[in-house]
Amino acid sequence: MTGRGTLERVLAGFEAGQTAALARAVSIIEDQREGHETLAAILHPRLGRARRIGLTGPPGAGKSTLTTLLAERYLAAGLKVGIVAVDPTSPFTGGALLGDRVRMERVALHPNVFIRSMATRGSLGGLAAMTREVCDVLDAFGMDRILVETVGVGQSELDIARLADTSTVILVPESGDAIQTLKAGVMEIADCFVVNKADRPGADRLRNDIEVMLGLRGGGGPTPDAHHGVDLKALHPKRQAREAAARDDDSWTPPVLRTVGATGDGVPELIAALDRHFAYLERTGTLHARRRERLRDRVRDVVEHRIQRRLWRDAAIRQWVEDQLPALERGEVTPFTVAEALLARGVAAGTFTGQAP
Amino acid sequence: MTRPIRVLVAKPGLDGHDRGAKVVAAALRDAGMEVIYTGLHQTPEMIASAAVQEDADVVGLSILSGAHMTLFPRVLQLLREQGRDDVLITGGGIIPKEDMAALEQQGIGKLFGPGTPTTALIDYIKEWFAARQAQGA
Ligand SMILES: Nc1nc2c(ncn2[C@@H]2O[C@H](COP(=O)(O)OP(=O)(O)OP(=O)(O)O)[C@@H](O)[C@H]2O)c(=O)[nH]1
Ligand SMILES: [Mg+2]
Repeated sequence: MTGRGTLERVLAGFEAGQTAALARAVSIIEDQREGHETLAAILHPRLGRARRIGLTGPPGAGKSTLTTLLAERYLAAGLKVGIVAVDPTSPFTGGALLGDRVRMERVALHPNVFIRSMATRGSLGGLAAMTREVCDVLDAFGMDRILVETVGVGQSELDIARLADTSTVILVPESGDAIQTLKAGVMEIADCFVVNKADRPGADRLRNDIEVMLGLRGGGGPTPDAHHGVDLKALHPKRQAREAAARDDDSWTPPVLRTVGATGDGVPELIAALDRHFAYLERTGTLHARRRERLRDRVRDVVEHRIQRRLWRDAAIRQWVEDQLPALERGEVTPFTVAEALLARGVAAGTFTGQAP
Repeated sequence: MTRPIRVLVAKPGLDGHDRGAKVVAAALRDAGMEVIYTGLHQTPEMIASAAVQEDADVVGLSILSGAHMTLFPRVLQLLREQGRDDVLITGGGIIPKEDMAALEQQGIGKLFGPGTPTTALIDYIKEWFAARQAQGA
Protein backbone atom coordinates (compact mmCIF):
# COMPACT_ATOMS: atom_id res chain seq x y z
CA MET A 1 0.00 0.00 0.00
CA THR A 2 2.92 2.31 0.67
CA GLY A 3 6.52 2.50 -0.34
CA ARG A 4 8.40 2.69 -3.58
CA GLY A 5 7.65 -0.81 -4.78
CA THR A 6 3.95 -0.11 -4.61
CA LEU A 7 4.23 3.17 -6.45
CA GLU A 8 6.18 1.54 -9.26
CA ARG A 9 3.59 -1.21 -9.52
CA VAL A 10 0.79 1.31 -9.59
CA LEU A 11 2.53 3.34 -12.29
CA ALA A 12 3.12 0.27 -14.44
CA GLY A 13 -0.55 -0.67 -14.16
CA PHE A 14 -1.56 2.92 -14.83
CA GLU A 15 0.48 2.99 -18.04
CA ALA A 16 -1.12 -0.29 -19.06
CA GLY A 17 -4.55 1.24 -18.60
CA GLN A 18 -5.57 -0.97 -15.68
CA THR A 19 -8.59 0.19 -13.72
CA ALA A 20 -7.30 -1.11 -10.39
CA ALA A 21 -4.10 0.90 -10.83
CA LEU A 22 -6.05 4.05 -11.69
CA ALA A 23 -8.21 3.48 -8.62
CA ARG A 24 -5.15 3.05 -6.41
CA ALA A 25 -3.51 6.13 -7.89
CA VAL A 26 -6.63 8.08 -6.97
CA SER A 27 -6.38 6.76 -3.40
CA ILE A 28 -2.71 7.68 -3.13
CA ILE A 29 -3.57 11.24 -4.11
CA GLU A 30 -6.79 11.45 -2.11
CA ASP A 31 -5.20 10.13 1.10
CA GLN A 32 -1.88 11.84 0.44
CA ARG A 33 -0.25 8.47 0.93
CA GLU A 34 3.49 8.02 0.72
CA GLY A 35 4.66 8.81 -2.80
CA HIS A 36 1.76 11.10 -3.65
CA GLU A 37 4.01 13.99 -4.63
CA THR A 38 6.11 11.77 -6.86
CA LEU A 39 2.99 10.42 -8.50
CA ALA A 40 1.51 13.89 -9.03
CA ALA A 41 4.80 15.07 -10.54
CA ILE A 42 4.85 12.18 -13.01
CA LEU A 43 1.26 12.80 -14.06
CA HIS A 44 1.55 16.57 -14.33
CA PRO A 45 2.89 16.78 -17.91
CA ARG A 46 -0.07 14.71 -19.14
CA LEU A 47 -2.79 17.08 -18.00
CA GLY A 48 -5.08 19.01 -20.29
CA ARG A 49 -6.86 16.44 -22.39
CA ALA A 50 -10.10 16.18 -20.44
CA ARG A 51 -12.93 18.66 -20.44
CA ARG A 52 -13.99 19.09 -16.84
CA ILE A 53 -17.68 19.63 -16.31
CA GLY A 54 -19.05 20.45 -12.87
CA LEU A 55 -22.64 19.73 -11.89
CA THR A 56 -24.00 21.39 -8.81
CA GLY A 57 -27.44 22.05 -7.36
CA PRO A 58 -29.66 21.39 -4.36
CA PRO A 59 -30.13 17.91 -2.85
CA GLY A 60 -32.21 15.64 -5.06
CA ALA A 61 -32.18 18.02 -8.03
CA GLY A 62 -31.08 15.22 -10.34
CA LYS A 63 -27.32 15.73 -10.41
CA SER A 64 -26.53 12.00 -10.47
CA THR A 65 -29.30 11.32 -12.97
CA LEU A 66 -28.04 13.98 -15.38
CA THR A 67 -24.42 12.97 -14.85
CA THR A 68 -25.39 9.46 -15.92
CA LEU A 69 -27.33 10.67 -18.96
CA LEU A 70 -24.42 12.82 -20.07
CA ALA A 71 -21.98 9.96 -19.52
CA GLU A 72 -24.17 7.63 -21.53
CA ARG A 73 -24.06 9.94 -24.55
CA TYR A 74 -20.36 10.61 -24.30
CA LEU A 75 -19.69 6.88 -24.06
CA ALA A 76 -21.91 6.25 -27.08
CA ALA A 77 -19.80 8.79 -28.96
CA GLY A 78 -16.71 6.73 -28.15
CA LEU A 79 -15.34 9.02 -25.46
CA LYS A 80 -13.78 7.99 -22.16
CA VAL A 81 -15.59 9.34 -19.16
CA GLY A 82 -14.51 9.84 -15.57
CA ILE A 83 -17.07 10.64 -12.91
CA VAL A 84 -16.31 12.00 -9.45
CA ALA A 85 -19.31 12.14 -7.12
CA VAL A 86 -18.87 13.92 -3.80
CA ASP A 87 -20.97 13.34 -0.69
CA PRO A 88 -20.54 14.84 2.77
CA THR A 89 -18.46 13.37 5.60
CA SER A 90 -20.12 13.41 9.00
CA PRO A 91 -18.25 15.97 11.10
CA PHE A 92 -19.00 13.88 14.19
CA THR A 93 -17.84 10.41 13.18
CA GLY A 94 -15.66 11.05 10.15
CA GLY A 95 -17.73 8.46 8.29
CA ALA A 96 -19.69 9.00 5.09
CA LEU A 97 -22.42 7.30 3.14
CA LEU A 98 -21.62 7.64 -0.55
CA GLY A 99 -24.78 6.83 -2.49
CA ASP A 100 -24.51 8.50 -5.88
CA ARG A 101 -23.50 5.26 -7.60
CA VAL A 102 -26.99 3.87 -7.14
CA ARG A 103 -28.25 6.24 -9.83
CA MET A 104 -25.33 5.55 -12.14
CA GLU A 105 -25.94 1.86 -12.58
CA ARG A 106 -26.84 2.05 -16.25
CA VAL A 107 -23.35 3.15 -17.26
CA ALA A 108 -21.40 1.48 -14.45
CA LEU A 109 -20.29 -1.57 -16.42
CA HIS A 110 -19.20 0.27 -19.57
CA PRO A 111 -15.49 -0.37 -20.11
CA ASN A 112 -14.78 3.31 -20.84
CA VAL A 113 -16.22 4.77 -17.67
CA PHE A 114 -14.63 5.18 -14.27
CA ILE A 115 -16.82 6.24 -11.36
CA ARG A 116 -15.35 7.33 -8.07
CA SER A 117 -17.22 8.39 -4.95
CA MET A 118 -15.50 10.88 -2.68
CA ALA A 119 -16.27 12.03 0.84
CA THR A 120 -15.70 15.70 1.69
CA ARG A 121 -13.46 14.76 4.66
CA GLY A 122 -13.69 17.94 6.62
CA SER A 123 -13.82 20.31 3.71
CA LEU A 124 -16.76 22.62 4.31
CA GLY A 125 -17.77 23.26 0.73
CA GLY A 126 -19.38 21.02 -1.83
CA LEU A 127 -16.16 19.27 -2.80
CA ALA A 128 -13.36 17.46 -1.03
CA ALA A 129 -10.01 19.19 -0.64
CA MET A 130 -8.50 16.72 -3.11
CA THR A 131 -11.23 16.62 -5.76
CA ARG A 132 -9.25 18.76 -8.18
CA GLU A 133 -6.18 16.54 -7.78
CA VAL A 134 -8.30 13.43 -8.29
CA CYS A 135 -9.59 14.98 -11.53
CA ASP A 136 -5.95 15.43 -12.53
CA VAL A 137 -5.36 11.70 -12.11
CA LEU A 138 -8.36 10.91 -14.32
CA ASP A 139 -7.20 13.45 -16.87
CA ALA A 140 -3.71 11.97 -16.99
CA PHE A 141 -5.22 8.50 -17.42
CA GLY A 142 -6.75 9.71 -20.68
CA MET A 143 -10.34 10.60 -19.89
CA ASP A 144 -12.01 12.83 -22.49
CA ARG A 145 -14.70 14.10 -20.16
CA ILE A 146 -14.67 14.39 -16.40
CA LEU A 147 -18.02 14.96 -14.73
CA VAL A 148 -17.89 16.20 -11.15
CA GLU A 149 -21.02 16.04 -9.01
CA THR A 150 -20.88 18.22 -5.90
CA VAL A 151 -22.59 17.81 -2.57
CA GLY A 152 -26.09 19.26 -2.68
CA VAL A 153 -25.50 21.93 -0.06
CA GLY A 154 -23.04 24.60 0.96
CA GLN A 155 -20.81 26.74 -1.16
CA SER A 156 -20.64 24.13 -3.90
CA GLU A 157 -21.12 26.60 -6.70
CA LEU A 158 -18.03 28.58 -5.90
CA ASP A 159 -15.94 25.47 -5.33
CA ILE A 160 -16.91 23.94 -8.60
CA ALA A 161 -15.86 27.00 -10.53
CA ARG A 162 -12.34 26.50 -9.19
CA LEU A 163 -11.95 23.15 -10.84
CA ALA A 164 -14.35 22.93 -13.76
CA ASP A 165 -13.97 24.26 -17.27
CA THR A 166 -17.74 24.46 -17.43
CA SER A 167 -19.94 24.86 -14.34
CA THR A 168 -23.51 23.67 -14.63
CA VAL A 169 -26.11 24.64 -12.05
CA ILE A 170 -29.12 22.33 -11.83
CA LEU A 171 -32.37 23.58 -10.36
CA VAL A 172 -35.82 22.03 -10.12
CA PRO A 173 -39.33 23.52 -10.07
CA GLU A 174 -39.56 22.60 -6.39
CA SER A 175 -36.66 24.93 -5.69
CA GLY A 176 -39.32 27.51 -6.58
CA ASP A 177 -38.45 30.46 -4.46
CA ALA A 178 -34.95 29.12 -4.01
CA ILE A 179 -34.10 31.21 -7.02
CA GLN A 180 -34.51 34.27 -4.80
CA THR A 181 -31.92 32.92 -2.42
CA LEU A 182 -29.36 32.10 -5.06
CA LYS A 183 -26.29 34.04 -4.14
CA ALA A 184 -25.07 36.60 -6.60
CA GLY A 185 -21.96 34.46 -7.02
CA VAL A 186 -23.95 31.60 -8.50
CA MET A 187 -25.19 33.77 -11.29
CA GLU A 188 -21.63 34.74 -12.03
CA ILE A 189 -20.07 31.29 -12.02
CA ALA A 190 -22.80 29.35 -13.81
CA ASP A 191 -21.89 28.72 -17.42
CA CYS A 192 -25.07 26.81 -17.97
CA PHE A 193 -28.36 26.47 -16.11
CA VAL A 194 -30.48 23.35 -16.20
CA VAL A 195 -34.11 23.25 -15.10
CA ASN A 196 -34.46 19.53 -14.40
CA LYS A 197 -37.72 17.72 -13.63
CA ALA A 198 -39.27 19.77 -16.40
CA ASP A 199 -42.09 17.24 -16.36
CA ARG A 200 -43.31 18.90 -13.18
CA PRO A 201 -45.40 22.03 -12.91
CA GLY A 202 -43.51 25.28 -12.51
CA ALA A 203 -40.60 24.48 -14.83
CA ASP A 204 -41.46 27.28 -17.24
CA ARG A 205 -41.84 29.76 -14.44
CA LEU A 206 -38.47 28.77 -12.99
CA ARG A 207 -36.82 29.10 -16.36
CA ASN A 208 -38.40 32.49 -16.79
CA ASP A 209 -37.23 33.57 -13.33
CA ILE A 210 -33.67 32.54 -14.08
CA GLU A 211 -33.74 34.38 -17.37
CA VAL A 212 -35.01 37.48 -15.61
CA MET A 213 -32.19 37.25 -13.12
CA LEU A 214 -29.71 36.86 -15.93
CA GLY A 215 -31.20 39.92 -17.57
CA LEU A 216 -32.21 37.87 -20.57
CA ARG A 217 -35.77 38.94 -20.09
CA GLY A 218 -37.64 41.81 -18.54
CA GLY A 219 -39.72 40.97 -15.49
CA GLY A 220 -43.39 40.06 -15.83
CA GLY A 221 -43.18 37.43 -18.50
CA PRO A 222 -42.21 37.38 -22.15
CA THR A 223 -41.56 40.77 -23.66
CA PRO A 224 -43.23 41.56 -26.95
CA ASP A 225 -40.71 42.67 -29.50
CA ALA A 226 -42.66 45.60 -30.82
CA HIS A 227 -45.87 47.27 -29.88
CA HIS A 228 -47.68 49.99 -31.83
CA GLY A 229 -44.54 50.76 -33.69
CA VAL A 230 -42.56 51.38 -30.52
CA ASP A 231 -39.57 49.12 -30.01
CA LEU A 232 -40.11 47.96 -26.46
CA LYS A 233 -36.69 46.43 -26.40
CA ALA A 234 -35.41 49.91 -25.91
CA LEU A 235 -37.20 49.89 -22.59
CA HIS A 236 -35.09 46.97 -21.41
CA PRO A 237 -31.52 48.15 -21.55
CA LYS A 238 -30.23 45.08 -19.76
CA ARG A 239 -31.87 42.81 -22.25
CA GLN A 240 -30.57 44.94 -25.07
CA ALA A 241 -27.06 44.60 -23.74
CA ARG A 242 -27.46 40.86 -23.41
CA GLU A 243 -28.72 40.53 -26.92
CA ALA A 244 -25.86 42.55 -28.23
CA ALA A 245 -23.57 40.32 -26.26
CA ALA A 246 -25.21 37.23 -27.68
CA ARG A 247 -24.35 38.45 -31.17
CA ASP A 248 -20.79 38.93 -30.10
CA ASP A 249 -18.62 35.84 -30.46
CA ASP A 250 -16.42 36.90 -27.60
CA SER A 251 -18.95 36.74 -24.82
CA TRP A 252 -21.03 34.01 -23.28
CA THR A 253 -24.60 34.16 -22.10
CA PRO A 254 -25.47 31.17 -19.91
CA PRO A 255 -28.27 29.23 -21.58
CA VAL A 256 -31.18 27.98 -19.49
CA LEU A 257 -32.10 24.45 -20.56
CA ARG A 258 -34.91 22.13 -19.59
CA THR A 259 -34.36 18.42 -18.94
CA VAL A 260 -36.37 15.43 -17.78
CA GLY A 261 -34.28 12.83 -15.98
CA ALA A 262 -36.59 9.88 -16.55
CA THR A 263 -36.86 10.29 -20.34
CA GLY A 264 -33.61 12.04 -21.15
CA ASP A 265 -35.51 14.86 -22.83
CA GLY A 266 -33.32 17.91 -23.21
CA VAL A 267 -30.06 16.01 -22.74
CA PRO A 268 -28.96 16.36 -26.39
CA GLU A 269 -29.51 20.12 -26.06
CA LEU A 270 -27.48 20.12 -22.84
CA ILE A 271 -24.64 18.28 -24.58
CA ALA A 272 -24.78 20.81 -27.41
CA ALA A 273 -24.71 23.71 -24.94
CA LEU A 274 -21.68 22.22 -23.16
CA ASP A 275 -19.93 21.82 -26.51
CA ARG A 276 -20.77 25.41 -27.44
CA HIS A 277 -19.42 26.63 -24.15
CA PHE A 278 -16.19 24.72 -24.59
CA ALA A 279 -15.79 26.10 -28.10
CA TYR A 280 -16.30 29.57 -26.66
CA LEU A 281 -13.68 28.91 -23.98
CA GLU A 282 -11.17 27.81 -26.58
CA ARG A 283 -11.93 30.56 -29.09
CA THR A 284 -11.61 33.39 -26.61
CA GLY A 285 -8.63 32.12 -24.66
CA THR A 286 -10.82 31.81 -21.58
CA LEU A 287 -9.96 28.13 -21.32
CA HIS A 288 -6.30 28.96 -21.15
CA ALA A 289 -6.95 31.65 -18.58
CA ARG A 290 -9.09 29.40 -16.40
CA ARG A 291 -6.62 26.56 -16.48
CA ARG A 292 -3.80 28.93 -15.74
CA GLU A 293 -5.70 30.23 -12.75
CA ARG A 294 -6.13 26.64 -11.60
CA LEU A 295 -2.38 26.10 -11.73
CA ARG A 296 -1.76 29.33 -9.86
CA ASP A 297 -4.24 28.16 -7.23
CA ARG A 298 -2.55 24.84 -7.01
CA VAL A 299 0.90 26.33 -6.44
CA ARG A 300 -0.52 28.60 -3.77
CA ASP A 301 -2.13 25.62 -2.02
CA VAL A 302 1.08 23.65 -2.03
CA VAL A 303 3.07 26.60 -0.72
CA GLU A 304 0.66 27.21 2.13
CA HIS A 305 0.54 23.55 2.99
CA ARG A 306 4.32 23.26 3.04
CA ILE A 307 4.89 26.38 5.05
CA GLN A 308 2.47 25.16 7.67
CA ARG A 309 3.89 21.67 7.74
CA ARG A 310 7.51 22.78 7.93
CA LEU A 311 6.80 25.39 10.53
CA TRP A 312 4.79 23.27 12.93
CA ARG A 313 6.92 20.18 12.47
CA ASP A 314 9.77 22.08 14.10
CA ALA A 315 9.66 21.23 17.81
CA ALA A 316 11.82 24.23 18.73
CA ILE A 317 9.35 26.58 17.07
CA ARG A 318 6.40 24.95 18.80
CA GLN A 319 8.20 25.29 22.11
CA TRP A 320 9.04 28.91 21.43
CA VAL A 321 5.32 29.65 20.93
CA GLU A 322 4.60 27.92 24.26
CA ASP A 323 7.18 30.15 25.91
CA GLN A 324 5.49 33.30 24.63
CA LEU A 325 2.12 32.42 26.14
CA PRO A 326 2.70 33.97 29.60
CA ALA A 327 3.77 37.28 28.04
CA LEU A 328 0.74 37.11 25.75
CA GLU A 329 -1.50 36.53 28.77
CA ARG A 330 0.01 39.51 30.55
CA GLY A 331 -0.63 41.62 27.49
CA GLU A 332 3.06 42.45 27.02
CA VAL A 333 3.08 41.09 23.48
CA THR A 334 0.31 40.58 20.93
CA PRO A 335 -0.47 37.64 18.65
CA PHE A 336 0.81 39.80 15.79
CA THR A 337 4.20 40.53 17.28
CA VAL A 338 4.60 36.87 18.27
CA ALA A 339 3.67 35.76 14.76
CA GLU A 340 6.13 38.19 13.17
CA ALA A 341 8.93 37.08 15.46
CA LEU A 342 8.06 33.46 14.77
CA LEU A 343 8.22 33.91 11.01
CA ALA A 344 11.54 35.73 11.36
CA ARG A 345 12.91 32.85 13.44
CA GLY A 346 11.69 30.38 10.85
CA VAL A 347 13.42 32.27 8.06
CA ALA A 348 16.65 32.58 10.05
CA ALA A 349 16.63 28.87 10.89
CA GLY A 350 16.03 27.88 7.27
CA THR A 351 12.76 26.21 8.23
CA PHE A 352 11.11 27.14 4.95
CA THR A 353 13.95 26.19 2.67
CA GLY A 354 14.67 22.68 3.96
CA GLN A 355 14.05 19.59 1.90
CA ALA A 356 10.45 18.50 1.83
CA PRO A 357 9.99 15.39 3.94
CA MET B 1 -1.21 8.12 8.93
CA THR B 2 -4.81 7.15 9.44
CA ARG B 3 -7.35 7.23 6.69
CA PRO B 4 -10.98 6.13 6.66
CA ILE B 5 -11.68 2.49 5.81
CA ARG B 6 -13.57 2.25 2.51
CA VAL B 7 -16.33 -0.34 2.45
CA LEU B 8 -18.54 -1.21 -0.48
CA VAL B 9 -21.95 -2.44 0.63
CA ALA B 10 -24.06 -4.27 -1.90
CA LYS B 11 -27.14 -6.41 -2.02
CA PRO B 12 -26.80 -9.03 -4.74
CA GLY B 13 -29.58 -11.27 -5.91
CA LEU B 14 -33.13 -10.78 -6.95
CA ASP B 15 -34.87 -10.65 -3.60
CA GLY B 16 -36.77 -7.49 -2.98
CA HIS B 17 -35.62 -5.16 -0.23
CA ASP B 18 -32.39 -3.69 1.03
CA ARG B 19 -33.36 -2.60 4.51
CA GLY B 20 -30.76 -4.86 6.10
CA ALA B 21 -27.98 -3.61 3.82
CA LYS B 22 -28.95 0.00 4.49
CA VAL B 23 -28.88 -0.52 8.26
CA VAL B 24 -25.42 -2.04 7.96
CA ALA B 25 -24.25 0.80 5.70
CA ALA B 26 -25.45 3.42 8.18
CA ALA B 27 -23.82 1.59 11.10
CA LEU B 28 -20.47 1.40 9.29
CA ARG B 29 -20.70 5.10 8.46
CA ASP B 30 -21.41 5.89 12.09
CA ALA B 31 -18.32 3.87 12.98
CA GLY B 32 -16.26 6.33 10.89
CA MET B 33 -16.00 4.37 7.65
CA GLU B 34 -16.58 5.62 4.12
CA VAL B 35 -19.38 3.45 2.82
CA ILE B 36 -20.08 3.20 -0.87
CA TYR B 37 -23.63 2.04 -1.18
CA THR B 38 -24.58 0.49 -4.51
CA GLY B 39 -28.14 -0.64 -3.99
CA LEU B 40 -30.25 -3.62 -4.95
CA HIS B 41 -29.97 -6.40 -7.51
CA GLN B 42 -26.23 -6.18 -7.96
CA THR B 43 -24.54 -8.84 -10.07
CA PRO B 44 -21.08 -10.08 -9.02
CA GLU B 45 -19.69 -8.21 -12.07
CA MET B 46 -21.23 -4.94 -10.90
CA ILE B 47 -20.01 -5.46 -7.34
CA ALA B 48 -16.45 -6.30 -8.35
CA SER B 49 -16.25 -3.49 -10.88
CA ALA B 50 -17.50 -0.94 -8.33
CA ALA B 51 -15.14 -2.25 -5.66
CA VAL B 52 -12.17 -1.91 -8.02
CA GLN B 53 -13.06 1.63 -9.13
CA GLU B 54 -13.74 2.73 -5.57
CA ASP B 55 -10.54 1.05 -4.38
CA ALA B 56 -12.56 -0.47 -1.55
CA ASP B 57 -10.71 -2.12 1.32
CA VAL B 58 -13.74 -4.20 2.20
CA VAL B 59 -16.74 -5.57 0.32
CA GLY B 60 -19.78 -6.33 2.45
CA LEU B 61 -22.53 -8.40 0.89
CA SER B 62 -25.95 -9.07 2.30
CA ILE B 63 -27.25 -12.33 0.86
CA LEU B 64 -30.60 -13.77 1.78
CA SER B 65 -31.33 -15.66 -1.42
CA GLY B 66 -29.40 -18.81 -0.55
CA ALA B 67 -27.00 -18.22 -3.43
CA HIS B 68 -24.06 -17.43 -1.13
CA MET B 69 -22.02 -20.46 -2.26
CA THR B 70 -21.85 -19.07 -5.80
CA LEU B 71 -21.99 -15.28 -5.19
CA PHE B 72 -19.16 -14.90 -2.67
CA PRO B 73 -16.62 -16.98 -4.63
CA ARG B 74 -17.58 -15.28 -7.88
CA VAL B 75 -16.96 -11.80 -6.46
CA LEU B 76 -13.66 -13.02 -5.01
CA GLN B 77 -12.64 -14.46 -8.37
CA LEU B 78 -13.54 -11.30 -10.30
CA LEU B 79 -11.60 -9.15 -7.84
CA ARG B 80 -8.56 -11.40 -8.13
CA GLU B 81 -8.73 -11.25 -11.91
CA GLN B 82 -8.40 -7.48 -11.65
CA GLY B 83 -5.46 -7.69 -9.32
CA ARG B 84 -7.38 -6.99 -6.15
CA ASP B 85 -6.52 -9.96 -4.00
CA ASP B 86 -6.19 -7.67 -0.99
CA VAL B 87 -9.91 -7.03 -0.47
CA LEU B 88 -11.71 -8.36 2.58
CA ILE B 89 -14.98 -9.92 1.49
CA THR B 90 -17.41 -10.22 4.34
CA GLY B 91 -21.13 -9.93 4.95
CA GLY B 92 -24.05 -11.79 6.25
CA GLY B 93 -27.31 -13.49 5.65
CA ILE B 94 -28.92 -16.80 6.31
CA ILE B 95 -25.83 -18.98 5.85
CA PRO B 96 -25.33 -22.40 7.46
CA LYS B 97 -22.22 -22.82 9.62
CA GLU B 98 -20.70 -25.44 7.27
CA ASP B 99 -21.04 -23.06 4.34
CA MET B 100 -19.37 -20.27 6.30
CA ALA B 101 -16.45 -22.56 7.02
CA ALA B 102 -16.24 -23.70 3.40
CA LEU B 103 -16.24 -20.12 2.15
CA GLU B 104 -13.56 -19.13 4.64
CA GLN B 105 -11.46 -21.97 3.25
CA GLN B 106 -11.75 -20.33 -0.17
CA GLY B 107 -10.53 -16.96 1.09
CA ILE B 108 -13.77 -15.25 2.07
CA GLY B 109 -13.69 -13.42 5.40
CA LYS B 110 -15.88 -14.03 8.39
CA LEU B 111 -19.64 -14.07 7.70
CA PHE B 112 -22.32 -13.08 10.15
CA GLY B 113 -25.66 -14.73 10.71
CA PRO B 114 -28.96 -12.90 11.12
CA GLY B 115 -29.37 -11.11 14.41
CA THR B 116 -25.64 -10.52 14.91
CA PRO B 117 -25.19 -6.99 16.28
CA THR B 118 -23.55 -4.66 13.74
CA THR B 119 -20.85 -3.93 16.31
CA ALA B 120 -19.48 -7.43 15.69
CA LEU B 121 -19.01 -6.62 12.00
CA ILE B 122 -17.55 -3.21 12.80
CA ASP B 123 -15.01 -4.67 15.24
CA TYR B 124 -14.09 -7.39 12.79
CA ILE B 125 -13.46 -4.91 9.95
CA LYS B 126 -11.48 -2.55 12.17
CA GLU B 127 -9.29 -5.34 13.50
CA TRP B 128 -8.67 -6.72 10.03
CA PHE B 129 -7.75 -3.28 8.74
CA ALA B 130 -5.45 -2.47 11.65
CA ALA B 131 -3.65 -5.80 11.21
CA ARG B 132 -3.20 -5.19 7.49
CA GLN B 133 -1.90 -1.65 8.02
CA ALA B 134 0.52 -2.97 10.64
CA GLN B 135 1.92 -5.43 8.08
CA GLY B 136 2.46 -2.44 5.79
CA ALA B 137 0.66 -4.45 3.14
N1 LIG C 1 -40.03 13.70 -11.90
C1 LIG C 1 -38.72 13.71 -12.12
N2 LIG C 1 -37.91 13.09 -11.25
C2 LIG C 1 -36.57 13.11 -11.50
C3 LIG C 1 -36.03 13.76 -12.64
N3 LIG C 1 -34.68 13.64 -12.61
C4 LIG C 1 -34.41 12.93 -11.49
N4 LIG C 1 -35.53 12.61 -10.82
C5 LIG C 1 -35.63 11.88 -9.55
O1 LIG C 1 -35.16 12.70 -8.50
C6 LIG C 1 -34.53 11.92 -7.50
C7 LIG C 1 -33.15 12.45 -7.18
O2 LIG C 1 -32.32 12.29 -8.32
P1 LIG C 1 -30.74 12.25 -8.19
O3 LIG C 1 -30.19 12.17 -9.56
O4 LIG C 1 -30.32 11.22 -7.21
O5 LIG C 1 -30.47 13.68 -7.57
P2 LIG C 1 -29.11 14.28 -6.96
O6 LIG C 1 -29.12 15.75 -7.21
O7 LIG C 1 -27.96 13.51 -7.47
O8 LIG C 1 -29.32 13.99 -5.42
P3 LIG C 1 -28.22 14.10 -4.25
O9 LIG C 1 -26.93 13.56 -4.78
O10 LIG C 1 -28.80 13.26 -3.16
O11 LIG C 1 -28.15 15.55 -3.89
C8 LIG C 1 -34.53 10.49 -8.01
O12 LIG C 1 -35.61 9.80 -7.44
C9 LIG C 1 -34.72 10.65 -9.51
O13 LIG C 1 -35.35 9.53 -10.09
C10 LIG C 1 -36.95 14.40 -13.55
O14 LIG C 1 -36.57 15.01 -14.56
N5 LIG C 1 -38.27 14.33 -13.24
MG1 LIG D 1 -26.45 12.47 -6.39
